[in-house]
Amino acid sequence: MADFVLNQWWLLAAMILSLVPLVLQFTRDGVMPTLETLDRRWIFLIMFWAVLVPIYYIGVTGETFPETPSALAEATFEEIERLEEGDRLLLAFDFDPASEGELGPMATAFVKHAAEKRLRLYFMALWPIGPQMIADAINEIILVDYPDMVYGEDYVNLGFKSGNEGVIKVIVTNLRELYTTDARGTAIGDIPMMEGIENIQQMDLVVNISAGYPGTKEWVQYAVTPYPDRIRLVGGATGVQAPLLYPYIPEQLPGLLGAIKGAAEYESLVNAAYGGDDTDPKYLEALRRMGPQLVAHLLIIGLIIAANVIFFLNRRRVARS
Amino acid sequence: MKRSVPLLITAVGGFALIVAYFIPYTEALGETVAVWFDILAAIAFILGGGNLLKQHLKKISDRGPGWGYSGVVIGSFLITLFIGLSKVGVPPLAEFPDFAWSGDFIGIGTPFWFIYQYAFVPLTATMFAMLAFYIASAAFRAFRAKNLEAILLLGTAFIILLGRTFAGVALTNWIDPTGPFAGLRIENLTVYIMSVFNTVGNRAIMIGIALGIVAVSLKVLLGVDRSYLGKE
Repeated sequence: MADFVLNQWWLLAAMILSLVPLVLQFTRDGVMPTLETLDRRWIFLIMFWAVLVPIYYIGVTGETFPETPSALAEATFEEIERLEEGDRLLLAFDFDPASEGELGPMATAFVKHAAEKRLRLYFMALWPIGPQMIADAINEIILVDYPDMVYGEDYVNLGFKSGNEGVIKVIVTNLRELYTTDARGTAIGDIPMMEGIENIQQMDLVVNISAGYPGTKEWVQYAVTPYPDRIRLVGGATGVQAPLLYPYIPEQLPGLLGAIKGAAEYESLVNAAYGGDDTDPKYLEALRRMGPQLVAHLLIIGLIIAANVIFFLNRRRVARS
Repeated sequence: MKRSVPLLITAVGGFALIVAYFIPYTEALGETVAVWFDILAAIAFILGGGNLLKQHLKKISDRGPGWGYSGVVIGSFLITLFIGLSKVGVPPLAEFPDFAWSGDFIGIGTPFWFIYQYAFVPLTATMFAMLAFYIASAAFRAFRAKNLEAILLLGTAFIILLGRTFAGVALTNWIDPTGPFAGLRIENLTVYIMSVFNTVGNRAIMIGIALGIVAVSLKVLLGVDRSYLGKE
């Protein structure tokens, strides 16, 4: 920390200088009047620094907070861990760049874990922008770190299909009805790893990473619920979506990663098992993003407390008068 | 005819899916109807594109407020559509060098990839990231412990906010994780709130919604509720 302050003094100086007018206002008008009339642009600026400084600090020092995996993260990890080499894993990427901040790191961790286990990966998407998320995972993880994996034999990109839950409803019984080619246009019959695949009941596990509709909820309702003994599902969801999925745990959804916290827990498990001594920074993204989340959450708590102190003092003042 | 045929299709499709769910023998029937749905969903993309053009062209034509933005929308839409559909700048696949259109339109370095990577990603990520600023501002202005319900909500929010970061662990690290009070550690309280209170509340809401959906669906399938067809 001391080294960071000494070497990156300019950043801290810029932060302090930008907040000088606010401090002057506090000293001139008093704490309470300033807080009562605080312009929201000051809050925006403080939030900006609360997010930027930890990002920069973690980027420079590489330090991250330790994560203790929750039971749900461990259950998710174990669902993949129990699979054998060559088992089939369906990865449904139902998110977009807007939610990449939360879901990207868990998608990376899922792909790394599956690639380390030498599973056969079947990518698909129910969101129009999902194929780009799949392409990112393939380009940045499989092609870079697992170049021995062969397209069509070890992994395949089935691409996007419109129809939301309608797609799930069809592919649980007949995958070839909708998927006649992969995302590249290669006929399904010409792809070696598609041989003998008639429906997704033949997958050993389904992983859905979703930021809304259609997402894990639809996978539970239209895939797991009609075939509870044949389809197993684990999911990753945004912080807003995750609470809505808890009712399905553990019968229909044995594992769930909620937001960046869940991703960080899972990432720490995957890195502990397969990371080695020098883990690539791209496999630490969730852990790195926990830093700004910590400071931002503390700031929000501080703002709520400050606002309530003002509220109660004003109420007491009104009651007395 | 204009209303009877859609009503009939809705009823046949809906009841076929219900029957297919409960009678495995009729599974193929449900599959067929689901494929119809997927085809309609694909056609809806074309209708959506047409509707987008219609709305924004009208706004430009009327010189409505912010009509310039509509021009940006239409321009971006048409350029992206053209580049994506015609695979501008996409090299052919190594396996099919003689087929100019065999390449992947979202492959790295293609113009479509460029639009996605350097326009779409930053724009959407920025929109989402701005939430943090508005949440902070809203928390300061609106979150008041005015009554018992608000105090409960506030207390729960604090526990969840702390429990989703390392602060939760650090603050209650002094409680023995294997002792009788381990449940009071903030990270454990977070799990308890999410898996008990949250789950109970959500299940109740979901059951209520499901019953409502059953009732509304029956009305639609039986032709009692025809509001989805629009006005006469």
